[in-house]
Amino acid sequence: MIPFLDALFLQAGYNAALVAIGAGLLGFAAGASGTFPFLRKRALISDAVAHATLPGVALAFVAMVAIGGDGRSLPGLIAGSAATAWIGLLVIEWIARRTRLSEDAAIGAVLGVFFGTGIVLLTVIQTMSAGRQAGLESFLLGSTAGMLFQDAIVIAIGGSLAVLTTWLMRRPMTLVAFDSAYAAALGYDVRRIDLMMMALVMAVTVIGLKLVGLILIVALLIIPPVAARFWTDRSSRMIWTAGGIGGVSGYLGAVLSASAPALPTGPIIVLVAASIFLLSLLFAPDRGVVAALLRRRRFQARVHRRQGLLALAAQHPIREAYTLRLLRREGLVRADGVPTPAGRAQAAKITRDERRWEVAREIYQDTGLTGRYDGLTPIEDLFTIDEIAEFDHRLGPPARVEGA
Amino acid sequence: MSRATQPTIASDRGRTVETANASQDAALSVRGLTVAYGEKPAIFSVDATFEADGMSAIVGPNGAGKSTLLKAALGVIPRLSGDVHVFGEPVADARARIAYVPQSASVDWDFPTTVMDVVQMGLYRKVGLLGRLAGQPRDWARDCLDRVGMADFAGRQIGQLSGGQQQRVFLARALAQDADLYLLDEPFAGVDAATERAVIDVLKALKSENKAVVAVHHDLATVLDYFDHVFLINVRRIAEGPVATTFTTDNLQAAYGGRLAATHLDELTVVDGAR
Repeated sequence: MIPFLDALFLQAGYNAALVAIGAGLLGFAAGASGTFPFLRKRALISDAVAHATLPGVALAFVAMVAIGGDGRSLPGLIAGSAATAWIGLLVIEWIARRTRLSEDAAIGAVLGVFFGTGIVLLTVIQTMSAGRQAGLESFLLGSTAGMLFQDAIVIAIGGSLAVLTTWLMRRPMTLVAFDSAYAAALGYDVRRIDLMMMALVMAVTVIGLKLVGLILIVALLIIPPVAARFWTDRSSRMIWTAGGIGGVSGYLGAVLSASAPALPTGPIIVLVAASIFLLSLLFAPDRGVVAALLRRRRFQARVHRRQGLLALAAQHPIREAYTLRLLRREGLVRADGVPTPAGRAQAAKITRDERRWEVAREIYQDTGLTGRYDGLTPIEDLFTIDEIAEFDHRLGPPARVEGA
Repeated sequence: MSRATQPTIASDRGRTVETANASQDAALSVRGLTVAYGEKPAIFSVDATFEADGMSAIVGPNGAGKSTLLKAALGVIPRLSGDVHVFGEPVADARARIAYVPQSASVDWDFPTTVMDVVQMGLYRKVGLLGRLAGQPRDWARDCLDRVGMADFAGRQIGQLSGGQQQRVFLARALAQDADLYLLDEPFAGVDAATERAVIDVLKALKSENKAVVAVHHDLATVLDYFDHVFLINVRRIAEGPVATTFTTDNLQAAYGGRLAATHLDELTVVDGAR
């Protein structure tokens, strides 16, 4: 069997299988918990939070060594990273709320300062314990080599809790993301709900640090919700769609990186997620670029068809090549621009419909529907036969279209 | 109809209120409310009493703090000082009796949600985190949509709505709360004539059900037609009371300064109790 299929069906060895499952679970948790920060338009805070984990990792390592323990113990490192990430989060929140600086400035400041501090500490650690391979650099970009069963368990439990909390809190979080003023008026503590959104992001970040690394974990938190937005129009479903996209990215990315030597897992996972995003952007029904383009083309064709038929009715020459092509394709004009019998009939109909629209606009002046009385929607789609008969009654007998 | 009945008399709740007598029955009573951005007050030491019967308008020039007054009273924005009572209770204890309709322009209408979902947001407090929204709550939400003439739009994505339709959906969401006090922020701003009529009909129906309605209003021409009470504000309180005695040329002049032409004012207002 080829390596990719082996890895896909978890036949590429114990470690590869563990990484694939772990990455899939992590991707799901990240996608689901990233949904509301994205909808709240605060996705980038997660980037700062992720970078703010680094000093915590370093400090936890130092502390654990100082008390004579194993500096690489995962629970200790996770606790340390969570502590500084939480501080970073509170600092951002405080700066945005209490100073004149905007949130993006706060994000930039916290990200830079915390990450810089982390790198300094990391460098110091490497010189201090010379000869002792701490391996803390792997927290930057993630590493799969030493992944233990215990690590997968941490991801599974932590991730499940994050997804469960997101689902339980979906109503208040939707409310705050959509209309925070209304949420506050209802008595929800908006600040606390915002902090909870970010706490979820932080939880996913710290459990994913070792596997994906703190620089790229943010991609797993942001890209899946952004891609999911193309496929659904409801925030409650978006949680699961984003989770699904994140899970598939994590699993497929891990499988791909296992199927060839020297493919880094974290970056490959992000690239898979980015590919799914790109496909969604282009091909999603309704919100995708291609769908929008097609809609626009159809609309343009309707505008040209109407203009062309009105010109036929008024016996004006049609000069636009696109209009002529359109009418010719429908068999409404001959190659030399002379209308066919079908074309004359359509022209008569559209002239009549124009006058019907005028009556309609007059009758329903302010029903709020008037915006749709553009003459492009077939009149039969908006009004019943009886209503159209009423317009005709007001218009009198059909007038003879000149030249017909 | 499946409407829940709610106690409407504040004193039934057995709460003793130390504030002035007027606030005993007032729907919304505000004392010394100040909101400041930095050291520049947006509203300053405002006392206001909005009656439990009839419709009240909050009127004033741009930047006078009309919306700020509502938001600060609700605790949507922090207040520097002042206390707020709703039907004699501190506002924090009366949340269930208040329905707020923010300006529809204040939210992102591309948010992934449907019209029905938005209306059901009005029920979130009642049903809690996990309570069922299907069945009876959904029927109730549909009733509310029907009252604003939007029942056919229940399944629509909110991004497809016109400005007037957005405003009606927000009103339906407030109706879903089945509150006793309705606070509306510019409900007629930028809406079509049909929506304006639909909204005013709903508000008048609320009034006839003995609900209190307070609206930030910017159209001086319709104050006399729509409202029973008026509160004039320009950072500080200018005047308050029944429109017949309060919505006068002098008071408007005081609120707007020289910004309104005197001839224009005479057409709008009550002069010497005429009309």
